[in-house]
Amino acid sequence: MSDWIDIAALDDIPQRGARLVKTAQGCVAVFRTATDAVYALDNRCPHKGGPLAEGIVHGASVTCPLHNWVFSLETGQAQGLDEGQVATYPARVIDGRIELEAAFLAARTAA
Amino acid sequence: MTQKLIIIGAGMATGRALETLLETAPNAYEVTLFNAEPRGNYNRIMLSPVLAGDKTYAEIETHTPAWYAENGVTCRFGEKIASIDRTAKTVTAENGDMLAYDKLLFGTGSNPFMIPLPGHDLEGVIAYRDLEDTERMMDLGPDHKCVVIGGGLLGLEAAAGMAARGVDVTVVHIMGHLMERQLDEAAGYLLRNALVAKGITVKCSANSKEILGKDGHVRALLLDDGTELPCDLLVMAVGIRPNVKLAQDAGLAVGRGIHVDDQMVTSDPDILAVGECVEHDGAIFGLVAPLYDQARVAAMTLLEEEAQFVQKELSTKLKVTGCDLFSAGDFAESEGREDIVFRDPARGVYRRLVIENNVIIGAVMYGDTADSNWFFGLIRDKTDIAEMRDTLIFGPAYQGGPLADPLSAVAALPRDAEICGCNGICKGTIEDAIAGGATDLAAVKATTKASASCGTCTGLVEQVLAVTLGDDFVLPATASICACTDMTHEDVRRMIKSQRLTSMPAVWQECGWKTSCGCHVCRPALNFYLLADWPLDYTDDPQSRFINERKHANIQKDGTFSVVPRMWGGITTPDELRAIADAADKYMVPTVKVTGGQRIDLLGVKGEDLPAIWKDLNDAGMVSGYAYSKGLRTVKTCVGTDHCRFGTQDSTGLGIKLEKTLHGSWTPHKLKLGVSGCPRNCAEATCKDIGVICVDSGFQISIGGAAGMDVKETELLVQVASEAEAIDVIKAMTQLYRENAKYLDRIYKWMAKVGLNWIETRVVTDLAERAALVERFELSQSIYRHDPWAAHVNDKAESYQPLAQLGLEAAE
Repeated sequence: MSDWIDIAALDDIPQRGARLVKTAQGCVAVFRTATDAVYALDNRCPHKGGPLAEGIVHGASVTCPLHNWVFSLETGQAQGLDEGQVATYPARVIDGRIELEAAFLAARTAA
Repeated sequence: MTQKLIIIGAGMATGRALETLLETAPNAYEVTLFNAEPRGNYNRIMLSPVLAGDKTYAEIETHTPAWYAENGVTCRFGEKIASIDRTAKTVTAENGDMLAYDKLLFGTGSNPFMIPLPGHDLEGVIAYRDLEDTERMMDLGPDHKCVVIGGGLLGLEAAAGMAARGVDVTVVHIMGHLMERQLDEAAGYLLRNALVAKGITVKCSANSKEILGKDGHVRALLLDDGTELPCDLLVMAVGIRPNVKLAQDAGLAVGRGIHVDDQMVTSDPDILAVGECVEHDGAIFGLVAPLYDQARVAAMTLLEEEAQFVQKELSTKLKVTGCDLFSAGDFAESEGREDIVFRDPARGVYRRLVIENNVIIGAVMYGDTADSNWFFGLIRDKTDIAEMRDTLIFGPAYQGGPLADPLSAVAALPRDAEICGCNGICKGTIEDAIAGGATDLAAVKATTKASASCGTCTGLVEQVLAVTLGDDFVLPATASICACTDMTHEDVRRMIKSQRLTSMPAVWQECGWKTSCGCHVCRPALNFYLLADWPLDYTDDPQSRFINERKHANIQKDGTFSVVPRMWGGITTPDELRAIADAADKYMVPTVKVTGGQRIDLLGVKGEDLPAIWKDLNDAGMVSGYAYSKGLRTVKTCVGTDHCRFGTQDSTGLGIKLEKTLHGSWTPHKLKLGVSGCPRNCAEATCKDIGVICVDSGFQISIGGAAGMDVKETELLVQVASEAEAIDVIKAMTQLYRENAKYLDRIYKWMAKVGLNWIETRVVTDLAERAALVERFELSQSIYRHDPWAAHVNDKAESYQPLAQLGLEAAE
């Protein structure tokens, strides 16, 4: 069974925005789209380590603030002809609260 | 022996045929002229000016009763022909009179097409075809409502004419843009704006569903999206159909129109036809030029002289005051066709030429149609334009002289020549990418990053594409903002202003964005355009800003930020310096640097520390320096008369006043000012966006300098006598730039497009315009002239912190 951790209220993140969740293994960026979908990705662009949480969110994508690489929030895959992958983690919204799956932390530790 | 000629229909074509006939051989025929309308021939094309009140019926009447009498024409106006007996060669009028003919000329014209919508037979639903329709429209007084179905030539002329009479007009058009048969989308859009500016409401892509009535009279038009458009009069101007009923009944060969040969003779050798009722070689006709040609040919044929009707290229001009447009030929996009497009947004000028095999096959012009005849000539004569292609779009004044090949220089570059300085991409890398399938600019940009940063090398990259691919590469004529839209910055900006689009979703909707919510390229531009154009209506959207402007600090390569407090005019105090030093210590700032803009940069501040360090700096009286903004950066000064033995004015004081006035204002790109106290120019004012050089007699204000990727010296805008006037000119100048420049164009780039004269006229010459600009600037500053640091410390400090901190135990 999945074990979900309550993180914060959905409204703590602006639409088309992101906030950070700090973990012992580094930061996870939690994104909220214009349609209130929520995604969790590593806050690190595989290109030059840019903080993705500071990027501009459009559709279900985010543009890295350093060199404009664009990543799918759904798959973590770099878009266009850039090649790169950002780790993604299960996230969901229940009753207006954002939850992340506990197992991801363990997975990060193992990785 | 005189023969009998009966003409059916007194329209423009038969009118011209009659004139030609009478001029050439006045006694050849005894003419009887039937006309269903109770009058003779008038210039139907000029009904629109009559409607608009620019002309009267008397002015457009081409043949008066006296003229017919003088020329011996028997007129039977208000009478229709009931039937024709071709064997007996007689016609029968409605009243039963039977008349014999030797030759019969059809000019039955066309009928307006009435869409068979429910309610189309209600009172108050009319076409726009004849003087009666025109009079109905003229009778509709001001403050009445009218709906025109049809956004073609006729519908728009009707709409404009009624709008000029104070009628509240809505045009409903089924297609995506107006006059789609004559105009492309861009010109259709400009036309729409011009009509909107005349107070006409324009609804495109709108399907009419039903005409609603009350007591037998039209009340409103219902669209299929449920919109109800109330109206007192509904005009259908959706097209015409050749009037062939009589010809058909008489057994003549009829398709869409009455079939005629090159001599305008129908399937019966004694019957001819001209005008909108005919079909020649598959085509039917609605414009006057070919009708006149037909009339001349028909007259010659009647006189048994050699003549032949040949279809020619047609051009269209719209007769609406203030909407200067021209269209000719074929301008649909298709394989093998190329476009040359010229836009001058400031003047509202658009020109597009469509070229196939070095011949112009179509032209659309809007705003400036002075050269239209020249272009029309090139189309008609199928002139080979290869030699003048580079300057073709500018018109006949720019032809002649040897042409240099800009591509030869690029072709000669070695493979290791650097093309994109930002990303260190050389020509060889781009060539390899092209060989690998990146055959357009977007693909090269995506593959190599060449031109993906500052964009100044875009032209070079395109030239490498052109050299490598040869004819397979077509230089793009216009660049859209990004892949979300086909519209250019200029188009979108014009839409925002003219359609009063005051929110981003409105822009996406009205401009047909292809993505749900834009992207990192278009959103910052739209956010700027909206807040610059509608400061009171639009709320700034931080999520559409680049991180620097969202967090009011400059992001560094390691994700930390730099913090630059404002030092007004470069003046600071020991207390401020102490506070900066304390902050640097407290937040362990790794680097403290003096900037080129006369202030101090604290580099390497962690994102979550930003509100705290701002609070400390705020407490010491300092505010954000906007060192991260597309907005006012700094006003660099020298010490002026305060200390300098050469100073002529208080340059420091003026610099401080300017900075206090302009700070917080958002501009298309960064805005740097300089004020030097004398022509020695220690503040380097002549390479700033706006520079002031103080002289004994006043202040020289110059604009358009740069000292970045391009180095430019400013050009003198004006010299003014007083400090107050200098500040006003600079405020007006800033506002003009904000309102008109493309996002990310510095003043010098914008100036290269609109010209110094254009700016001068508005900011220097026209004092009323200057005052209006200053007023709009102050209105906008009433919202934006504030310290964002203080605001964020108070309202948003929490958002700079992590959402949550998870320990390892949480996962277990």
